[in-house]
Amino acid sequence: MSDDAAGGAPAAPGPTPAPEPAPAPAPIVRAEGLTKTHHGEGAPVHAVRGVDLTVRPGEFVAVTGPSGAGKSTLLHLIGGLQRPDGGKLWIGGQRVDTFREARWAVLRRRSIGVVFQFFNLVSNLTVADNVELPALLAGASPKAARDSRAELLAELGLEGRERAMPGELSGGEQQRVALARALVNHPALLLADEPAGSLDSKGTREVLRLLSRFHQRGQTIVMVTHDARMASAADRVISFFDGRIADDAQLGGGRREKPGGVSRVLDLKE
Amino acid sequence: MRLPLLALLTRGPAHGYELKQDLEKLLGAAYPQPNVGQIYVTLGRLEKSGLIEGEDVEQSGRPNKRTYRLTDAGREAVLAWFEDTAEEPRVRDEFFMKLALAPQSGMADPITLINRQRRQYLNTMRDLSKLAASEDRDNKISQLLIEGAMLHLQADLDWLERCQEELE
Ligand SMILES: Nc1ncnc2c1ncn2[C@@H]1O[C@H](COP(=O)(O)OP(=O)(O)OP(=O)(O)O)[C@@H](O)[C@H]1O
Ligand SMILES: [Mg+2]
Repeated sequence: MSDDAAGGAPAAPGPTPAPEPAPAPAPIVRAEGLTKTHHGEGAPVHAVRGVDLTVRPGEFVAVTGPSGAGKSTLLHLIGGLQRPDGGKLWIGGQRVDTFREARWAVLRRRSIGVVFQFFNLVSNLTVADNVELPALLAGASPKAARDSRAELLAELGLEGRERAMPGELSGGEQQRVALARALVNHPALLLADEPAGSLDSKGTREVLRLLSRFHQRGQTIVMVTHDARMASAADRVISFFDGRIADDAQLGGGRREKPGGVSRVLDLKE
Repeated sequence: MRLPLLALLTRGPAHGYELKQDLEKLLGAAYPQPNVGQIYVTLGRLEKSGLIEGEDVEQSGRPNKRTYRLTDAGREAVLAWFEDTAEEPRVRDEFFMKLALAPQSGMADPITLINRQRRQYLNTMRDLSKLAASEDRDNKISQLLIEGAMLHLQADLDWLERCQEELE
């Protein structure tokens, strides 16, 4: 099989025959018994210990948990940036845990955008080049890459900063460029590791607004965060402890309102 | 409600309904508004304790309305209120007690309790985000109130995470 669209996660589903009920779309991510042990110096670290996970198209999933719980490792496994020691993984219905690096690279270019926890941008390329590069690598024409870049930077409030070098941007601006870079190929899946990592409350809100906006347009997102405010923007929050999913909670719908609702926490003392 | 009402009256005399409207405007929709009845009851009590004085003002074709002004004792009370620092919010002791007693009783699993509590906090956090988005952006006081509630909740969630790390 060539490196064609079949290797990618599903983009917009094609037209379905009218009479039959549309089958449930394949999950974007399906993991079964995923494990990963790091062998650094000292004792081996069991970073991910048997994770079962399904993410459906259009879902916005947050992963929270203490430092060292294995959140980044999990995200890296899903994005093929690290290989599992055990378990199975499907992206867009396709079994990928057996993929070699070359096929992963193609899959990532076409279908997975990644915002890393650290070091997202190429420091000696301009903002514009940072965003255009992944598009060019994926085979876009220079003009198409330029157009997508311009559109995204405008959307992220970074017009006029195209010629800047990453070092000349604030932390928040750098994170937004990283987001643009991850989204430039319209990936079916966005993986974001602490996308507002070291930002203050205002910067966090900006990144969050952008993610919510993309989510509303149907972008599937898996985001690692320490920030409960960010997590609560997701539809679903996974609590990760010690390499395992300790809880997987759907937010919003179907909740019995406590009397007083949200005003309880806003109540000033008598 | 007593001291906020007294503090509003430092600007000059006002009647009950005016005070209600001023509070609403200041705090925004985020803050659960006292109903006008509560305000009248509180004003009555403040008057009885000598912190304010009421005076009936005649209105043509309508019942009299009672206007209140701050007394010297009332002014003192407001000053003392601003002098004093507020008490720290406390750890939700009821949840803490459940967590402490779950293993003793053998009737509940601490981790289950933590997970359930976290779900509730996260949902409340979500409601607060929505409230912040729907509330007037230019009402700084109201936005700060919501942000404060969110930061408290964030701290509660961080603490739950610590509990889970230790008890898992
Ligand atoms: N390449 C590596 N080599 C050795 N150990 C590693 C490696 N990457 C991660 N680890 C270890 O695996 C564990 C999980 O790390 P991971 O980065 O996934 O945690 P995390 O949940 O993302 O933490 P944080 O919130 O601090 O980013 C840690 O104990 C970490 O030290
Ligand atoms: Mg990490």
